[in-house]
Order: sequence, then structure tokens, then C-alpha cells
Amino acid sequence: MNLKKINIENKKIRDLIPQVLTVLTLISVIFYFATNAQINMGNRGISFGFGFLSQEASFDIAFSLIEFDGSYSYGRAFLVGLLNTILVSVIGIFLATILGVIVGVARLSDNYLIAKTAEWYVEIFRNIPLILQIFFWYFAALRALPSPENAINFYDISYLTIKGWYIPKFVWINFDIFCYSLILAFVSIYFLYRYAKKQREEFGKILPTFTLSLGILILIPLFSFLLLGVSLTFNYPELKQLSETSYTYENGVSIIPELMALALALSMYTATFIAENVRAGVMGVGKGQKEAAASIGLTKGQILKLVVMPQALRIIIPPTTNQYLNLTKNSSLAAAIAYPDMVLVFAKTALMQTGRAIEIISITMLTYLSLSISISLLMNWYNKKMAIKEK
Amino acid sequence: MMKSIKTWILVGFASLLLVACGQGGGGAGSKKSKTLDNTKKAGFVKCGVSQGLPGFSNADASGNWSGIDVDVCRAVAAAVLGDADKVKYTPLSAAERFTALTSGEIDVLARNTTWTLSRDADIGLTFVGVNFYDGQGFMVRKNSGINSVNDFKDGISACTNTGTTTELNMRDFFNSKNIKYEPIAFEKADEVVQAYDAGRCDTYTTDKSGLAAQRTKLSAPDDHKVLPETISKEPLGPVVRQGDSVWEDIVRWSLNTMIEAEEYGVNSSNASSLKDSDNPAIKRLVGAEGELGAAFGLDNDWSLRIIEQVGNYGESYKKHIADTGILPNRGPNELWTKGGILYVPPAR
Repeated sequence: MNLKKINIENKKIRDLIPQVLTVLTLISVIFYFATNAQINMGNRGISFGFGFLSQEASFDIAFSLIEFDGSYSYGRAFLVGLLNTILVSVIGIFLATILGVIVGVARLSDNYLIAKTAEWYVEIFRNIPLILQIFFWYFAALRALPSPENAINFYDISYLTIKGWYIPKFVWINFDIFCYSLILAFVSIYFLYRYAKKQREEFGKILPTFTLSLGILILIPLFSFLLLGVSLTFNYPELKQLSETSYTYENGVSIIPELMALALALSMYTATFIAENVRAGVMGVGKGQKEAAASIGLTKGQILKLVVMPQALRIIIPPTTNQYLNLTKNSSLAAAIAYPDMVLVFAKTALMQTGRAIEIISITMLTYLSLSISISLLMNWYNKKMAIKEK
Repeated sequence: MMKSIKTWILVGFASLLLVACGQGGGGAGSKKSKTLDNTKKAGFVKCGVSQGLPGFSNADASGNWSGIDVDVCRAVAAAVLGDADKVKYTPLSAAERFTALTSGEIDVLARNTTWTLSRDADIGLTFVGVNFYDGQGFMVRKNSGINSVNDFKDGISACTNTGTTTELNMRDFFNSKNIKYEPIAFEKADEVVQAYDAGRCDTYTTDKSGLAAQRTKLSAPDDHKVLPETISKEPLGPVVRQGDSVWEDIVRWSLNTMIEAEEYGVNSSNASSLKDSDNPAIKRLVGAEGELGAAFGLDNDWSLRIIEQVGNYGESYKKHIADTGILPNRGPNELWTKGGILYVPPAR
């Protein structure tokens, strides 16, 4: 063995030493925790395993996107919680984005009243802790809603009450055919856009793509209704008396107030941050860009669409990705108001019933990690798509 | 393969639960108790209680805890440390309580916890006895016209706490009656009360003692009533970690002493004067005969201190449950000699 090769003067080796040391320290820390946990669990007679996931859960969940009752397994309960977390996150991200863009643009408005209102909204909702906002929407705003017999009535179709928002239930026949027709419509629209782009670039012809695609989106599914046997009927909610003084609605679908309160609180809170991102993005595009665009004869709409937005989006997307991640993780506060998300159903109820703390917490953490990474990847892909394509 | 995945997950997240307790529990079978030694060293008993349940464990405005669960902690402190006030209370949610105990954050869990087979056998816990026999019931609005659980109809919404046996009993009950219901499970009792008060749910279900206690927090307590039916057995009692049998015995016999003292008519005011009683059972209770404390490494006055500083079970019940109007009638929580089911093994 040539000792000269392991020379501290050698840059390669010198660079390697701290890395090796870091890895070794990390491994020994992890090893210490693992043995510690094993010894302690052994001492207390706690076993480790994931067998409990297939045991019967024996508790019910108020709100579920898939079929569930207590006779299903803990694994299924986890899935119910995960889907509820995804549901409230998707609704929250959707509403927060719309509200955030509106408020962000409003802050840049020349109209004093609009700009100031938007500013106050941002300052107030950004600076109050989220959990308090959730309590506000759930307990304060909910209390103001009427009981079912005095419901806020939307044309006898839908009813808003303290027990939830009752909407008609969709009863489909041949739902799968309808889905295929929707997919077909979207594929057609994609090809339409490609064709329109070619026309514009080669012949300078501008097609009314928006009107055409709207037409396709309506006509193809309509065709499936008329000729392919798809049909849709509604089960309207009906008032039902439970006792002398209490009522509920049956036959419809109930959107539980916990979901409404949580989605509202999450989106109102996160929208303030998105609004600031949008404002920063639009302000980040130089004034000269707009003037240059106007000087070559683009319309106001075209300036926004072709010059300002593509550049603003580059500034807006990365910080907004963070806000989407925050919103998803913040949805775990749901437990406070009994919205059955993954934390409440799995990391609290299931953990309590089974006592499997390490297993359940690690599954929950890994799931949040995967959710966050998925959102990140999606947004990074979108960001890359929007980035300057340098030749 | 499965084994290595398990190890990895263990490795990654072990720190979560057990990092706080490097020391581990005492070895089973030995006379030495690590928990007892640690408690003496720390100078206080680490006791887990509820986040506020009048009658059981509730803190007043200045942070002083009281209730019959709190009295169990106080009895252990009086026996072990000689001063019932040397207790450090940790308020815990239903979901946190067992993890707090197994991880060593607390040494006694006195938090209206139902004794069940799976809890006792599966998750590293040992129940030491029962300090309150309870059962699950339902609270409804008086003007609803509901007088019995048989008046419940499909579509009823029921509020309760998550992570409790209540949630499971509720399902068993509604399933057996074939009633469709909407379960709304909150993490904290205060939020259940608020939601029920607001009209979010038609009924509030939990242990009957809990219903009676929570009713006092409603905006108009007199507009609500508890239905007569009891749908489950809920023997509530203190819990300790599995694996330290000496500590387990100390907690068990601290509770038993309070009940036995009531049986023999020994209370906080007459205990010291009964040292020369004619009844050997009483003499043993006040430490004038036998060497009972030595069995768990305590002195002979351990039981006298419990009775003097905390009182017997009857005094505790009267002070916290009866006089506060929660459940004036003792029902099953009466001594076996008076028609109840409180019966403890003899202290001899």
C-alpha cells in the first residue's frame, strides 16, 4: 500500500474527509435513536409492525369521498383521510389562487378605494394566526347560519344551514361514456390550438380559438347525452324532521361546515401571500416592455398576455409554489374543527385506538412529504415551461 | 426485505417518541423501582390529567388543579414524597395521553381513562384500578321531545371527542339500532361543547359524568338533559407504564387506601386520632400496626399521609362530584357495603 496516496495534501482526499465524517456522524446518530427506540419499546412490551393497517377500524367518519364505515380497515381509513386532505388542499389552492390574483392586481389599481381595500385585506389576514381564522370561520361565522328548518334557500335546489350546505345529488347513467366524451373534447381542443398556432405563424391568420374551444367543450358532451344514452338526474335535498325541534335534509349531498370553514380560512389566509407575489411579479416587469409592445401595435390585451404575464409569471411561480405547499401542510390544523383529514382520522383517532405511535406518525410524515414533493415537482415543471428559453 | 424497511422507518422516526426518555423503565421483578427513584430525585410526581373536566381534573383561575382524578395524583405524592402538593400536572388530550405515559413524560395517567383489554394488554400500559364507574350516555335539547334513545331517527348528527372509546361505542350503538348518523369528532372537549351549543349537532355523547360536567359549560344548561339510557361500561381509572411493578403497586394501593379508609370510617380529620383504635384493620391503615409500607420501599405512615392530606374516597367524591352538582347520587360509585360496587382488596 502506497501511503503517499493517502496524503492530506492531496486536495481530493482533503475534500473527502469532512464529507465522510458528516456521513458517519449522521449514521451513528440515526443508529443511536433506532437502538434507543428499540430498547425502550422492548422494555415496555410495545411491538412494532404494520399489521394493524388491515384490522377493522370500528369508528365512523362523517365525510368521505370513498365508501367507508367502521367495518373497513385502518388502511382504508388512512385513504379516506388522505383524500380529504387532498380535497381541502385542492379547493384551497384553487380559491387562494383566484382570490390572490384578484387582490394582487387590485393593489396595483389606480382606484384609491380598490387599492386600499386590497391592502387592508392583505395586512389583516396575513397577520392573524391561521388557527384563529379557522376558529373564526367555524365558530363565529357558523353560529350565524340558520338551523335547517330556516335554511338559506337557493331556489329550492340547495340549502345552506348550520349543519352543512345541502346540494342536489348527481345521479348518472353511463357516466363512463360521459367521461370519454370529455376527454375527447379536451384532445380536440389541444389539436385546435396546435392548428391555430400553425395558421398564425405561417399565414398570419388569427382564429377565434376561445369561442371554438368553448363550442367543442359544450357540443361533444351534449352529443353523448343526445345519442349515446348518457343521462343525469338530480336528487334534491328534502327537509326531514328528526325530533320536535330539530331537522335535517336527506337525499342530497351535504358539504359539511367543517370543510367550508377550513377551505375558507386556508384560502383567505394563503391568498394574501399569493397577492403579494402577484404584485411583485407585475411590478417586476419593466415599464419599457409595455411601451415597446404598445409601439409595435399590440392591443392592451395582447400586451398583458404576450409581454407582461409571461415575464411576471417567472417571478410569481416559485414563491407561489411555497404558498401551495404551506396551504397543504396547514390543512393539518383541520383536527381543531373536526374536519376528518389525514391527521385527525389517522394520526389522532387511529393512533389512539391502536397505540402505534411510531408507525402511524412515520406513515403520516412520509405521506405529507410525498404530497409536498409532488406539488413541488408539478410547479417546477410549470416554472420550467414558463422560463426564458435561451437559445 | 420487510424487516429492512421496518428498521429504516424505525431509524428515521424513532426520535419522535422516545428521544425524551433515554433512561428506560425499571426492570420487571426487581424490588427497585426506577420511577420511584426518579420521582424522589425530582421531588414531584409527574401526573397526566385532562385539559379541563370539572369534577375529575380541572384547573381554577389561579392554576390549582382539583378533582377526583387529581386526588389520585395527590395521594401518590403524599405517599411517596410526604406532601400531596408535590405534583406536576400535565394537561393532555385524549389522543396524547398514552404516548405521554409510555414515553416517560408522565408517570401516572389519571385522566378519566376507560380500562379496556386492548389498552391494558397491547400498548405497554397497566391499569391499576377503577376510581369511577361510568357509562356512556347522550345529551339532547329538552325541547326536542326526545325522551329516550329510541326516539333517535336516521340522519341525526352526534358530536363527541376523537380518540376515545366513546367513538367506538357510538358506532356499535347506532349500528345495533340500525340508525344512520353523522359522527362529528373534535379533538378537545371545549370545541365539542361549542359545536353542540351552536346547533351543529343534535346530540352530544360521552361518559355520563362528562356530560353532566360539560352541561355546566353550555350557554343555557337548563335547556339540555341527559337521556336515561347507558350504552356502555366505562370503568375509569389511573394508568401506569408497563414494566415497573413496584410503581404500579404504589399507585394501585394509594387509590385502594382511599377507598378502604372510607369503608372503615377513617377520614382526614380523625385519622391521626385513630392510631390506638381497637380495630387492627384501622390501625394498619393509619400506620400503627404492621410494616406495609416497606413492601414498596416506603415508610409506615404512607397511608396515614394519604388520608390526612387528601382524604378518603367519600370525602373526595363529595367535594368534587357531589357538592359541585355534577352527580349528587353516587350510584355504582358507592361502597359495596352500601349497595355500590366499590370493593377493594384488604390492605394487610
